[in-house]
Amino acid sequence: MSGVPRTADAASRAPAERVVEVRGAGFSFGKRPIFRALDLDVRRGEVLTVLGPNGCGKSTLLRCIGGALPLEEGVVRIGGAELESLEPAARARKIGFLFQEHAPSFPFTVLDVAVMGRTPHLGLFGAPSSKDVGLAIDALGQMGILHLKNRPYTDLSGGERQLVLLSRTLVQQPDIILLDEPTSHLDFKNQVHCLQAVGRLAAQGVTMIMTTHDPNHAFLFPGRALLMSPGASPAAGPAEEIVTSAALSTAYGIPIDVLTVPRRTGAGEYRFCTPW
Amino acid sequence: MNARRAAILIAAPLGLLYASLFIGRFAVPPLEVGRILWAHLAALPHTWPASLETIVVEIRLPRAVMALFLGAGLSASGAAYQGMFRNPLVSPDILGVTAASGFGAAVALLLSSSALELQLISFAFGLLGVLLTYMLARVYRTTPVLMLVLSGVVVAAFFGAMLSAVKYIADPESKLPAITYWLLGSLNAVSTRSLAMALPPILIGGTGLMLLRYRLNVLAMGEEDARALGVRTERVKGAIIVCTTLITAAAVSVCGIVGWVGLVVPHLCRMLVGPDHRALIPAAISVGATYLLFIDDVARTATAGEIPLGILTAIVGAPFFAYLLRRTRGTWR
Repeated sequence: MSGVPRTADAASRAPAERVVEVRGAGFSFGKRPIFRALDLDVRRGEVLTVLGPNGCGKSTLLRCIGGALPLEEGVVRIGGAELESLEPAARARKIGFLFQEHAPSFPFTVLDVAVMGRTPHLGLFGAPSSKDVGLAIDALGQMGILHLKNRPYTDLSGGERQLVLLSRTLVQQPDIILLDEPTSHLDFKNQVHCLQAVGRLAAQGVTMIMTTHDPNHAFLFPGRALLMSPGASPAAGPAEEIVTSAALSTAYGIPIDVLTVPRRTGAGEYRFCTPW
Repeated sequence: MNARRAAILIAAPLGLLYASLFIGRFAVPPLEVGRILWAHLAALPHTWPASLETIVVEIRLPRAVMALFLGAGLSASGAAYQGMFRNPLVSPDILGVTAASGFGAAVALLLSSSALELQLISFAFGLLGVLLTYMLARVYRTTPVLMLVLSGVVVAAFFGAMLSAVKYIADPESKLPAITYWLLGSLNAVSTRSLAMALPPILIGGTGLMLLRYRLNVLAMGEEDARALGVRTERVKGAIIVCTTLITAAAVSVCGIVGWVGLVVPHLCRMLVGPDHRALIPAAISVGATYLLFIDDVARTATAGEIPLGILTAIVGAPFFAYLLRRTRGTWR
């Protein structure tokens, strides 16, 4: 995969390469402002977790960074290049997108779906080569689902399907992957599988921005969190500083505690939040 | 697609084409057909009566070739639309092309136009109908597929009503039967000239669909996914609509309304080669061509008169579709 091997302190290492730069971003639906004057940097190999209540604009921000929605003000730069200057195929070679829900259509095989990740690398009339198929097989192996390759992806469980679509995103070989609530339709086990896959990718140096409804996800990956709440300016920083009892309680409007307990394995502490 | 399957897909329509030249009420010995065709390529002594040559080359050949292209074009169009709309119940007339072309033909018949004029008017109305649908479906510089489908319903209903109005004012002794028979669909009137006019749009549209067939896979994953994979979805959808409209309007302008082919054949092919459009579009072209030529051979030989093609394709297509429906229980695997 593209990206440099990640070391334990990559996120905190001083001037790491900025993969995503957002400057003065603003967006509104009609007269309702969603966010304004938003600055954001995401460094190579980092997982930025985007938190906030329903309607705060998490998905909108992600779509703006991915180029699916145009910003009203401000600019997004991907690897130094302005997002708006990129052709759709060039953009798709830099940015992969995993959506929260995918309505399956025809029973394409898992391998066929993964190979579709090569689309931005093909010409208009092109079709994938055996080399492209090889890349798809590698990605399925990396996600631990190579044994599914000849199954119709329509027959899979929601969690397996998310892993197939995540593999397809890897096959794009983007610099950055945007994940829009990737676990919101998954059961508990499948959530764990999906998040473990995200963790493995982060360990390999893939840059990711992930929106989520579960603030606990911010503690899973070494990286920063962005907390968005309506009426307040978004705050970004290390998860331990951003995802606090006070900040969460204000953002979601209910009292929320952040607790630390010793890990089940005995090594270090585990941080989690609970409203109960 | 493996080589053996590809060979069958190429051989089937060509074999049936040859057979169609000697099958008919006026029997021509199979070898004589070969000699007549060969005589057009190399100098051969003409040992057969001129009437035989007329039947084979001027009557049966254009009709059989048109049947091949009609079936191939409608089936490929149906497969492409089913992929693009992500809906297996879609057929090539979903955007109103058939209704508009049919209306154009009825107007031409009402005005006692020549066969050539009828073909041109019908073709032009087909294009116009789809253009109206496309413009009606336009929202903020995009054309969401749901808007396309709904706009197609509106445009088809409008031209359907206009067609009824034409039928209502048509002379019930002469014009009305002509319009009614024409709409039932037939390859009876195909000539070398009408074939020469219909083939270019069908070839252009078919080539376009063949070239774009991998993009159809990506589009079938949904527009949001396709855009995230760098596909310019509006352009690709527009190109597919242009291709299928060229094919369907050209087909209707020569043959009238031949239903069910574009709906049923893609399903049959999906059962044979799977949903991947790289194999599905070529399979639909071959199976559709063979199927329609076979149906037309039945239409012209089964009874003393001609059976309208549209009636036969529906009689065969509807029960087959019912069988598919029961077999797959609506899951289309």
